[in-house]
Amino acid sequence: MSLRKLIVNKTMAALAVLFTVFSSANAFAQEAAAAATAKPVDMGQIHKSAAFYVLLFLLLCLFIAIIGKALKVYELTRETQGKSEGINWNTVNAVLFALFLIVGLYGVYWEYTVHGEMILPEAASEHGKRIDEMFNLTLIITTIVFIVTHIVLFVFAYIYRSSDKRKAYYYPHNNTIEKIWTIVPALVLTLLVLKGFLTWRSIFYKAEDANNRPINIEVVSSQFLWDIRYPGPDAIVGKRNYKLTTAINGLGIDFNDKNSLDDLIADEIVLPVNKPVRFTLASKDVIHSFYMPHFRVQLNTVPGMVSYFEFTPTITTEEMRTKTNDPKFNYILLCAKICGTNHFNMQKNVRVVSEAEYKEWLAAQTPYLTNDLRKAFNLPVPVEAAPAATETAPAADTTATVAGVKLDVKNQIALKK
Amino acid sequence: MSTISLHDTHHDDHGHGHHHETFLTKYVFSQDHKMIAKQFLITGIIMAVIAMLLSILFRIQLAWPDKTFPLLETFLGKWAEGGRIKPDFFLALVTIHGTIMVFFVLTAGLSGTFSNLLIPLQIGARDMASPFMNMLSYWFFLVACIIMMSSFFVQTGPASGGWTIYPPLSAVPKAMPGSGLGMTLWLVSMVIFVASSLIGSLNYVSTILNMRTKGMDLWKMPLTIWALFLTAILGILSFPVLVSGVVLLIFDRSFGTSFYLSDIVFGTEILPNEGGSPILWQHLFWFLGHPEVYIVIMPALGISSEIISVNSRKPIFGYHAMVYSLIGITVLSFIVWGHHMFVTGMNPLLGGVFMITTLIIAVPSAVKTFNYLATLWRGNIRFTPAMLFAIGLVSFFISGGLTGIFLGNASLDINLHDTYFVVAHFHLVMGSAAIFGMLAGVYHWFPKMFGRMMNPKLAYLHFWLTFICAYLVFFPLHFLGLDGVPRRYYAFTEFEFMNKWLTVNVFVTWSAIIAALAQVAFLFNFFYSIFRGKKATQNPWEANTLEWTTPVEHLHGNWPGEIPAVYRWPYDYSKPGADQDFILQTTPFSETMSSNLPHDFEGNEEAERIQKEWEAANKPVQE
Repeated sequence: MSLRKLIVNKTMAALAVLFTVFSSANAFAQEAAAAATAKPVDMGQIHKSAAFYVLLFLLLCLFIAIIGKALKVYELTRETQGKSEGINWNTVNAVLFALFLIVGLYGVYWEYTVHGEMILPEAASEHGKRIDEMFNLTLIITTIVFIVTHIVLFVFAYIYRSSDKRKAYYYPHNNTIEKIWTIVPALVLTLLVLKGFLTWRSIFYKAEDANNRPINIEVVSSQFLWDIRYPGPDAIVGKRNYKLTTAINGLGIDFNDKNSLDDLIADEIVLPVNKPVRFTLASKDVIHSFYMPHFRVQLNTVPGMVSYFEFTPTITTEEMRTKTNDPKFNYILLCAKICGTNHFNMQKNVRVVSEAEYKEWLAAQTPYLTNDLRKAFNLPVPVEAAPAATETAPAADTTATVAGVKLDVKNQIALKK
Repeated sequence: MSTISLHDTHHDDHGHGHHHETFLTKYVFSQDHKMIAKQFLITGIIMAVIAMLLSILFRIQLAWPDKTFPLLETFLGKWAEGGRIKPDFFLALVTIHGTIMVFFVLTAGLSGTFSNLLIPLQIGARDMASPFMNMLSYWFFLVACIIMMSSFFVQTGPASGGWTIYPPLSAVPKAMPGSGLGMTLWLVSMVIFVASSLIGSLNYVSTILNMRTKGMDLWKMPLTIWALFLTAILGILSFPVLVSGVVLLIFDRSFGTSFYLSDIVFGTEILPNEGGSPILWQHLFWFLGHPEVYIVIMPALGISSEIISVNSRKPIFGYHAMVYSLIGITVLSFIVWGHHMFVTGMNPLLGGVFMITTLIIAVPSAVKTFNYLATLWRGNIRFTPAMLFAIGLVSFFISGGLTGIFLGNASLDINLHDTYFVVAHFHLVMGSAAIFGMLAGVYHWFPKMFGRMMNPKLAYLHFWLTFICAYLVFFPLHFLGLDGVPRRYYAFTEFEFMNKWLTVNVFVTWSAIIAALAQVAFLFNFFYSIFRGKKATQNPWEANTLEWTTPVEHLHGNWPGEIPAVYRWPYDYSKPGADQDFILQTTPFSETMSSNLPHDFEGNEEAERIQKEWEAANKPVQE
């Protein structure tokens, strides 16, 4: 018995050593990293620290080997003394499973409360609230199943650990029980499917309301940027034809379509609160994904295909800032489908504002159509009075920016790196 | 049954010394299913180690995005210039990690190993239906592995469009460096891999259908065989679709066709392709891709069914229900692929339909889980290493399966699609669970493969470190997904809201590193025990199935004499009235009169009558 105690002490000591080894390794990692940033060329130092880690690991292996040998010696001595096997590994593992259950349950609780607090704030859109409801329902059901099945699994593992005194219970099947646990999950899933189906329908099949027509906004993705096009006074975004793409018409907007003439460039997405918006999504080069997590909105943008997503934002940026208690909070549009080198940095700012602010902002946006584009499309170039002439100079400037928007953004990316 | 007798005579001929094995025929171009299984396993393990190292590399980048590790430059050269992994190489790492793990490790490494090893041994056959094709299957697989790895040595790097290689990203070389020669190699490798998989699967199916020993009817087959059988059928029906998709992609890339391409402009350069659809690829890919995840998990489920039953010393609960749920999963898995495409802009009506079929598939999965739990109930559980991993599998299967209920729901998928929630989900349910199934299988059948035992204590260490670390790695990732963090992001530094997850990433990476180091315990144990392990006895786990009736020393043809006949199902553990707590499948009912149950005779009146007579005669003895 005392020997067993010794072993237990040994394991405790081993754990302590392990712990110190890892914590010192951490400290060394930080030191090494600091050294690396200071003198990136000094490879000798780095090789030394790499060798140090390898040695450390080998030492750990040696340590484990020693423990293994010690256990073996212990078991052999028990055997020669004619006593039962030294360590009952069945019991050890069963106890570990029980411990795992207890620590694991606490871990899950910790995760739900700590990391669970760090997730997205409440949905900032009408349909998003329904999605969150659906999510919460699913979360409750699955959490119950998760906890109960794990308790059963590990408690059974603990209780029914091998023992010479018992014999397992021969119990090949029970049709009633099996029927119950086929039908109950089926019913629960039917509930989830029904609710999910209704939610899904309510998101993608919207009845048109003549009094509350959505604002049409077009978003075109291309490698690592989003181009936003707002409609002018006609409320319709004009057609695009990818074959018309030129250096000054990066989106290939078809200005033969009258609806295109008054379309506006925007360098951020600004939405009026509580007004439906309908995004027309397209892509120039590869598949991207139009993802605005705060609104529970995502749809891929696919070259050669136009898709639509309609929703109503319900919380302004300012309100969200107070709700989340984060004065720097911003809604964001990001790309969720792998699209190339800078996939990780393909973003656009999104703001939700009051109707008045929205109108004010929209009025300040410039049209896509510039004089150069007018010439290119054989449209009459407005010959206005002198002020207009002065405006041509900045207009030419804007032309540059139309093509240059991209350059700018690219530069920004480069700068950020 | 005539095939069997033919086969028998064939092998008896060989037994009389016509057959001289050289090193080459025994270890390299072997046609013996046991050797081919080992080849698959060891190749699979090597690929798994490579894929694991790749994952550690990108985990380092995610944890310390602004630190430099000059050592990386020493190993990776221009891909980690200045000691930081480049974005393109990061994407290549995730892509190749995924490809290797899904196809080379969990399809070939898992199915290939255990189908080859267990099918002939557990159904009582001398070898596979066509040993030569079996050999080809391995060599195609190896060639596919080599071609895939060779892409690390081309100028533009390996394929990097994600393991799903969606066009146009993968189809247009100028879309990213990885879509150059690296992608061509990926596609070629995949065609060869599918050839390997098909040859293997056809062989498995024909062996199971034609070469079962006397008495081994379908309902007496162990669940491993059922699982491997249905997996092979899935592979046969779905892999050709991937090949067709891949061939079309090769045409788009190299011969100017437009199957997947239309209306594409890079900057101002307008591509000439018209009329194709990138969505077509996704349909073709996921028509394989979804059955593929069941190809990955079903053998693991079959293996764990067997191991849980053996080590609980109890029959598997609901054998028929287990088989029917496997069949249900097999059938349903063909009509759920659209749940990977809810947000592609596909017709929303389809989204609704696929949601229904997807959530239905949770029912057979739930049945399997409950049956595992019921098998443990009132068992007498021996925690062999294999049993630990099988229990770990059940835990992962539950944890990961439940999050599938979120993702299968189209309306929830809107916000979870392509986020870390998905990463966490599939790494638990098909990554960790399938790997645990594979490890359970290795620990369980190692004595059969190599005639020696692995060290159980090292195995316990391996299990507990891996089990705990896998949860530490993947559990927190769910919450990143719930915060809207997309997957395949090179760094979280560009978005304000992701900064709070940087510390979590450091934690996850450390857990991953510890888990990776824990695999050293396995690798050492595995390779050391091949040569120096304790000699195995014939039936070390006291299991019922046929493979444990073969001698420990391998011989071509498996059984020295006649192939044993089978009389009963494989799960007669702890049967009341029996002398031992296990009864081999080869033990006839006449030898176990005291433990026979009326149910055993399946309506055979003659046998029932004999049993009744015996019981009447022996009644006083029992009292």
